[in-house]
Amino acid sequence: MKHTVVALMEDKPGVLNRVVNMFSRRAFNIESLTVGHTELPHVSRMTVVVDGTTNDVEQVVKQLYKVIDVLKVSDLTEDKSILRDLTLMKVSSNRETRGEIVQIAQIVGAQVVDLAHDSVILQIAAEEEKIDDFVRLMRPFGIKEMVRTGRVAMARGALNVERAPDLAELAAHQHHRRVDGVRRDTGKKKVAVDLTGEAG
Amino acid sequence: MAISPAERASTQHSNGRSEGTRLSGARILCESLIREGVDTIFGIPGGVVLPLYNVIIDYPELRHILVRHEQAGAHAADGYARAGNRVGVCLATSGPAATNLVTGICSAMMDSVPIVAITGNVATTVLGKDAFQETDIVGITMPITKHNYLVTRVEDLARVVKEAFHIARSGRPGPVLIDIPKDVFTSETTYHYPASVHLPGFKPTLDGNSKQIKAAASLWSRAKKPLILAGQGVTISGGQRELLALAEKTHTPVVCTLLGLSAFPESHALSLAFPGMHGAGYSNQAIDQCDLLIGVGQRFDDRVTGKVAAFAPNAKIVHIDIDPAEIGKNVRCDVPIVGDARRVLHALADEVPSMEHPEWLAQIDEWKRQMPLTAIRPTSQFLPQHAIRFIYEATKGDAIIVTDVGQHQMWAAQHFWYDKPGSFISSGGLGAMGFGVPAAMGAKVARPNDTVWAIVGDGGFQMTSQELATIAEERIGVKIALMNNGYLGMIRQWQEIFYERRFSSAYLGGPDYLKLADAYGIKALRATTPEEGRRIIEEAQAYDGPVLVDLQVIAEENVYPMIPPGGSIENMMLEPGDRD
Repeated sequence: MKHTVVALMEDKPGVLNRVVNMFSRRAFNIESLTVGHTELPHVSRMTVVVDGTTNDVEQVVKQLYKVIDVLKVSDLTEDKSILRDLTLMKVSSNRETRGEIVQIAQIVGAQVVDLAHDSVILQIAAEEEKIDDFVRLMRPFGIKEMVRTGRVAMARGALNVERAPDLAELAAHQHHRRVDGVRRDTGKKKVAVDLTGEAG
Repeated sequence: MAISPAERASTQHSNGRSEGTRLSGARILCESLIREGVDTIFGIPGGVVLPLYNVIIDYPELRHILVRHEQAGAHAADGYARAGNRVGVCLATSGPAATNLVTGICSAMMDSVPIVAITGNVATTVLGKDAFQETDIVGITMPITKHNYLVTRVEDLARVVKEAFHIARSGRPGPVLIDIPKDVFTSETTYHYPASVHLPGFKPTLDGNSKQIKAAASLWSRAKKPLILAGQGVTISGGQRELLALAEKTHTPVVCTLLGLSAFPESHALSLAFPGMHGAGYSNQAIDQCDLLIGVGQRFDDRVTGKVAAFAPNAKIVHIDIDPAEIGKNVRCDVPIVGDARRVLHALADEVPSMEHPEWLAQIDEWKRQMPLTAIRPTSQFLPQHAIRFIYEATKGDAIIVTDVGQHQMWAAQHFWYDKPGSFISSGGLGAMGFGVPAAMGAKVARPNDTVWAIVGDGGFQMTSQELATIAEERIGVKIALMNNGYLGMIRQWQEIFYERRFSSAYLGGPDYLKLADAYGIKALRATTPEEGRRIIEEAQAYDGPVLVDLQVIAEENVYPMIPPGGSIENMMLEPGDRD
């Protein structure tokens, strides 16, 4: 099952590298990954689509948490979230087909963002399945070029990905010390080495 | 490099007196290391770290031990960290020196050892331009460090050092690398060592969830055949006393993993030997038959579990670990408890009732009789097992044993009784041959008043034997027991068992080790019989200073018992002739 995992992370150099590196090292399969700014300064938000069992995804979440710069990780279940993919598509067009292309685009909610004599660029932001359908509809006209951002997601209504934790100073961690001097007992037999070859 | 007036003024430095003065990055690093309590650095100079080496000699608080290869520097920092229970530090220049650290850093990562590795890099002005001896060590070590840093501004240096030490030793310990370009060493800024760290994404959970602790206690109170599987997390957290109290209160036997050896005194009646591939049959039997397995501070490594589906098939599993990602990673878990081992064990002791399990303990005793781990077959030949036992007898168990990797590592785990916390040090996770000698060196530097024996094979020894020069020069009194069988023994064993005795590159020549040690100015003794073995080990034990014993044990000896990889207790192979 596909899971949408959202991670808030400190916006520091190399943080994306750390996350991607971890996915690679742990042999996690990622369908898509997007990163961008958030409403919080110095915090970026990553959306990862992972295909796997609940256990697999639990590992993804836990391993993400181990990346020092990652602040908060959530597994957004699809039915409670708005999922969107932004797609740009350059479709061949001419005098005969242009009208039909624009009409289909309007019906599915795509916009014409560029118009040339032999092509149009269409933009659609929708759930992936809807975009897949749109791609199928456009294919007969000739798709010259296409780019999809991969999924971004946001929990519906009152539900939200928890804000980055309080950035207050962390309390110093208690330093653990070893305890020396455990009690000895004589439960385990110490067998003397037999060099004579006689003992059994 | 000219020393600025400000720097000259600050040679009366250390512990706060340099606060607020203008210093170079090199001096800031030294000051910061001293603030973190560092007293020893294992390193080798090179081009881009020369500004650091130029000032390090002004800091007598920092003992720089010149190792002969950076891999050894990282292993030495590892041994120092484990034996001394503090953060170990190694230092290397850029490029090839930095890449030489990789094996040692990776071993520390796999075994959760707190080290800080410091590397130099080319100046920020040429970073990314393939300058001489440039390498992206931050990129290279990303998957094998807990965290790493490239410091591009001298203003960040003190904060980064503070964070690096905090990350290395907090929560589940691990290695942190700091990469410092040459011009950051030479740039100046006002030195200020931060009082605290600010890492909102790093807050290890220390106290276990009380609901889960109650759930674990409830399972425990109903268990008829409970078993504790204790790992290195217990020793790291200093939880030996808590573990002992809990085991005694509940009459629950304790199996320590390889790295967990000494987490529970092996001489204790409730102690079972280490489990897994070459572990005790009775320990594996106990895991197989127990109805409750309490794993604490260990990660259900594949060398412990074998075939996961057949692991502890009759048991509910409670897993206590400070790293949440370990829980449910390898084996199923009924009650997960995230927290510091010592704290969780302490909290558990308040929840579990006193119990007795006479039938279960009697059953385990019966298995111990049937499948003794420590029996050595009667023979006049010199067996490697004898040598371990002689070391145990000569030291009366009062020693830090550092092993290399291979057959001798398993024998050292089997034939020595680890009662003192932190008395067994080994490259368990990575299994890095060449670990033994440099790690023992680090351990001895950390605990100069304790006896440190390095138990190594002739294969692994030859990977880092250049450190004999360091040992001789610094008079580091390690005792090296070289199990010399002329083979890559574990390779030979696997080729014998799994590849129809088609020995391929298993035979291993070597130098005359007495001459080798002598060339380095290190005392060396040789034994070819068990009697000689016992005598020279006693002599080496009594000798004050570094010493190597060349133990010419029999060439073809296998480690038993053995469960083939991916197998279960049903596939356990016992020593031939040991079955009756």
